[in-house]
Amino acid sequence: MKRSITRLLMAPSVIMLLVWMIIPLSMTIYFSTIRFNLLYPGQNNFVGLMNFEFFITDPGFIPAVANTLILLLSVLIITVVLGVILSALIDKPFFGQGIVRVLLISPFFIMPTVNALIWKNMMMNPVYGIFAWISQSFGLEPIDWLSSYPLMSVIIMVSWQWLPFAILVFVTALQSQDTEQKEAAQMDGATGLHIFRYLTIPHLARPIAVVVMIETIFLLAVFAEIFVSTGGGPGYDSTNLAYLIYNQALLQYDVGVASAGGLFAVLLANIVAFFLIRAVGKNLTV
Amino acid sequence: MTLNQQRKLKTFITGLFAWTVALVLFFPIFWMFITSFKTELQAISVPPSLFFEPTLENFKVVQERSDYVHHALNSVITSFGSTFIALVIAIPAAYSMAFFPGKRTKDILLWMLSTKMLPAVGVLVPIYILCRDYGLLDSRTALVIIFTLMNLPIIVWMLFSYFKDLPKEILEAARMDGATPWDEVVKVVLPLSVGAISSTALLSIVLCWNEAFWSLNLTASEAAPLTAMIASYSSPEGLFWAKLSAASTLACAPIVIFGWFCQKQLVQGLTFGAVK
Repeated sequence: MKRSITRLLMAPSVIMLLVWMIIPLSMTIYFSTIRFNLLYPGQNNFVGLMNFEFFITDPGFIPAVANTLILLLSVLIITVVLGVILSALIDKPFFGQGIVRVLLISPFFIMPTVNALIWKNMMMNPVYGIFAWISQSFGLEPIDWLSSYPLMSVIIMVSWQWLPFAILVFVTALQSQDTEQKEAAQMDGATGLHIFRYLTIPHLARPIAVVVMIETIFLLAVFAEIFVSTGGGPGYDSTNLAYLIYNQALLQYDVGVASAGGLFAVLLANIVAFFLIRAVGKNLTV
Repeated sequence: MTLNQQRKLKTFITGLFAWTVALVLFFPIFWMFITSFKTELQAISVPPSLFFEPTLENFKVVQERSDYVHHALNSVITSFGSTFIALVIAIPAAYSMAFFPGKRTKDILLWMLSTKMLPAVGVLVPIYILCRDYGLLDSRTALVIIFTLMNLPIIVWMLFSYFKDLPKEILEAARMDGATPWDEVVKVVLPLSVGAISSTALLSIVLCWNEAFWSLNLTASEAAPLTAMIASYSSPEGLFWAKLSAASTLACAPIVIFGWFCQKQLVQGLTFGAVK
């Protein structure tokens, strides 16, 4: 087929994504260099890099960057490590496998706002929550999760959502593992741990790469869980970049500073993506 | 113990373990579901009550207070609408990249995926202002457009990875028989890819249904989908857990049940075919 026709078929997707990327991004760049507060309309003079200075010196800035990265790494580690271990353990036929699969994947379909509400109220509430009840049953002082360990609470919520996804991907991948190879290794006296280390883990390299990539896309942008549960607090203890920028733009009406923050978030995502796509790109056949 | 007994014991332990993990992970959902049938007083009782007389009162209140049906309709329209549009745009692109790859096809695909990496907050302000200026704030149109663009890269990639595994000979045979490119797509590629296209569509619908960033920031009431409706229950106006649970159950039930039926295809789809 002619080059021109193949281009024509690709054009709608490529052009729409280009527009989707370039127009808002150039507007963000422009806004980030002017004074732009919705409370003071008409005073939009050029201010150079002042907005960036404001954003970077904001007391919430360093906590927000740190929290974004801590959240990303913790959830990745929890879901991948637990996912691999759990999937290896349940990768044998047993009673009711189908139902277990369905139960396991369910949290993945729960919307982030509901996820946060369930955990905030029914699980982590220091008086009426399930966790409080469990601690009390053991004679311990109940923990006020959201105010004592806000970031950890968010990490728990987000991991709860993504662990099922990781388990399911790994279980599916393990089903295609060569059983003969495993049996041969067993014959040669390999222990379960050896098989796990030298056969299972290498077999999972590609699924792990895929899980890491997909989760990263979503984890850098965690917003609803924080919005609904901790509101970024107490202080900036559970504020990530997404929430900090939202705070600047829609709560403080400072579009200029929020745009500078947005650009910073884009930069951070690009740094992460750069390493990620290099690492994962090899594992995705194109 | 004989070998057979040993094997049975092993299966039993595996099963016990798997069930425990599954039940622990499922527990919050189960609890939400149970709580939605309690009275407010039962909902916050300590120790938690497991046996009680179920009531449907909460569901009635939720429908009256926040018009569940209206928001559910918004969710259905935005997620199905944007998925449909995205598929129409993505299928030709994925087809042309899979069957007529050029030197830069890989780069284009990676670039598309990298637009997913662009954090939404980076463009929140411009999108908000554009919507405001064109009167699209709190409109389903805005959400459909954004959801379409948001999922387009993933949809193109998933379809691409499926199409490229289709045997090229079939297409060549069709071409020999004088099929036009249009015939090729409609009569050969599409029928062969019903499974892949539907699992892609499923995934896109789930992602749209649960999307919360744009729906929280761009809608208020008229166009608010279920994700935004639920957030309105987060305000600290007291402990209305039973009603909250009823609203949450209503918001999640459609997509969770939908997901149960297609979880297998979903995993295959989401991993770009890397896991079969």
